[in-house]
Amino acid sequence: MSVNSAPASDKGAFYTLLVLGMLLSALGFSASYYMEEHGHIVTGMNNQIVWGLPHVFAIFMIVAASGVLNVASIGTVFGKTIYKARAPLSGLLSIALLAGGLTVLMLDLGRPDRLMVAATNYNPTSVFAWNIVLYSGLFTLVAIYIWSIMERRMNPYSKPVGFMVFGWRIILTTGTGLIFAFLVARQAYGSALLPPMFIVLSFAWGMAVFHIVQTSMYAWNRKTLNPAILQRKKNLMGVFVIGSLYFVIAYHLTNLYFAKQTGFEHFILFDGGIYPLLFWGGYVLLGNLVPLALLYLPNLGKTKCVVIASSLIVIGSLALLYVFIVGGQAYPLAIFPGYEASSTFGDGQIGQYNPSLPEFVLGIGGMGIAFFITVVGVRLFNFLPQDTPGDKD
Amino acid sequence: MSEIDPSRRKFLGSSSAIVAGLALAPGLLLIDTAHGRPAGEASSGKVRWGILIDTNQCKPGCNDCVTACNQENGLSGGTQSTDSQWIRKVELKDMRSGRTASLPMMCQHCEKPPCVDVCPTTASFKRADGIVLVDKHRCIGCRYCMMACPYKARSFVHEALTDQRTEVPRGKGTVESCTLCVHRIDQGLGPACAAACDKAGHHAIVFGDLNDPDSEISKRIRSAATTQVRSDLALNPGVQYQGI
Repeated sequence: MSVNSAPASDKGAFYTLLVLGMLLSALGFSASYYMEEHGHIVTGMNNQIVWGLPHVFAIFMIVAASGVLNVASIGTVFGKTIYKARAPLSGLLSIALLAGGLTVLMLDLGRPDRLMVAATNYNPTSVFAWNIVLYSGLFTLVAIYIWSIMERRMNPYSKPVGFMVFGWRIILTTGTGLIFAFLVARQAYGSALLPPMFIVLSFAWGMAVFHIVQTSMYAWNRKTLNPAILQRKKNLMGVFVIGSLYFVIAYHLTNLYFAKQTGFEHFILFDGGIYPLLFWGGYVLLGNLVPLALLYLPNLGKTKCVVIASSLIVIGSLALLYVFIVGGQAYPLAIFPGYEASSTFGDGQIGQYNPSLPEFVLGIGGMGIAFFITVVGVRLFNFLPQDTPGDKD
Repeated sequence: MSEIDPSRRKFLGSSSAIVAGLALAPGLLLIDTAHGRPAGEASSGKVRWGILIDTNQCKPGCNDCVTACNQENGLSGGTQSTDSQWIRKVELKDMRSGRTASLPMMCQHCEKPPCVDVCPTTASFKRADGIVLVDKHRCIGCRYCMMACPYKARSFVHEALTDQRTEVPRGKGTVESCTLCVHRIDQGLGPACAAACDKAGHHAIVFGDLNDPDSEISKRIRSAATTQVRSDLALNPGVQYQGI
């Protein structure tokens, strides 16, 4: 049964979801209007913590936008049938998440009205400027990719386009990691480990988002996913979660080894208040250990466990990004190594950040945009994976 | 057809010349007296403006440079975490010896400024004479430069501004920092902070051309041990410090 021929009760559900998506998006836009009218004074961000909650949401969505393409990549690049059937949905989610993330990033600008300036003044040395090209490129490539899979005449092109999407998304997530890797002076950033770490994180987060959406769609259409397919995909997600945890551990261990970085690591991992709490409780426990238990413990790993594990991975990812982005700025810059510094501008002090409602609503609004695009896309086109019996490769 | 009145013509001619002369003279005289850079002429790469801060002369508790900067550039002088501070006094204590020092910290006007590298719209730029500035019309307020600056020298304008100084354009939602009082430099004057420090009798802030071997700043840098803050980053800042 395709969604296009859904019964009347499902149409009601569709419109409910549509309105929900629109409502969340509208709230996000209002929050951004409020922020623009009053200035960033109404947010918790300041001259010490210059990037806050909107960036946590935006970067999550941008990283996950690349990650959801795992499914398309494995289907097209590695020729796995069950993934191929899910490639269109994977492409749609990528576009939706990227649109949501970029909207948040754009609306958080001090001058969102100057978007045209960003489009017409290009600094070739800025990784932000590179990312503008990478983001628009991904939109275009993924749209062509979906077209090549869904339009029979275009099918011969799906493989080369799929390869291009695969390459592009790896470069795109590298670009996201480089935003931080290129920051020479901050203890939390400036590491070549960050781009590969972001790539592996994107694998795990993307799979988690994909599982949540796929399960909702199957439930909506009163279908059950073939347990063999679920088994394969949840195992893959588990491997990605372990892989990303490995990178996060390697990042912190290398920092702990450098004497000049131990102060920062102690702050993030032990005595920094909210940051260690979110790192250990939010990311390590809820975002890794519990999901891995749900995926791999005997008698677990069924549909419900996979959805709960996926949701926890998403929560863990937001916790990790909060620690990484906000915590990374909260620790004072080492401007005068060997000295204790104090000033009226926060030198030598831990930066304070109290997220405000508008910036949280802006972030949620971005999620709303992604949700809205997904709901509309799924309704307009036939994105429900069509498995033929016996497919489990 | 009316007859031409030669005396009227003569009167008009001479009075026009006088009016034109009156209009132009102050400008010409100003150029002559100020020795600044004429409007329309690009800044020159032959000069590199810099500052030497002698921390031995800088008095703890003295805030004159900060006050002068605020007045000159129309800053509120507030010290909340959302207020702009282009220059700040930093109190230092050596963790091993306990020795203390006091110094002003501002944009270091790097030769290789990370803020310029990361700016997506080229709003952050470096003039030929080494002054690092923000084009307020191009800044989109992404704050990436603030993330990239190793000296925490930049501020973001968090709310609407009133009573701005015409020489110093600022704007809500854009990033700003010390301009080295570029509007004064272009008139042949030095930065307000240096003038205030001299006025207070401390002479801790020496401004001048780092490329001119005969300038006071160059002579001082040749004769005394000076350091660049975070010299390990190899950004070659135009602001240098003595005594730390």
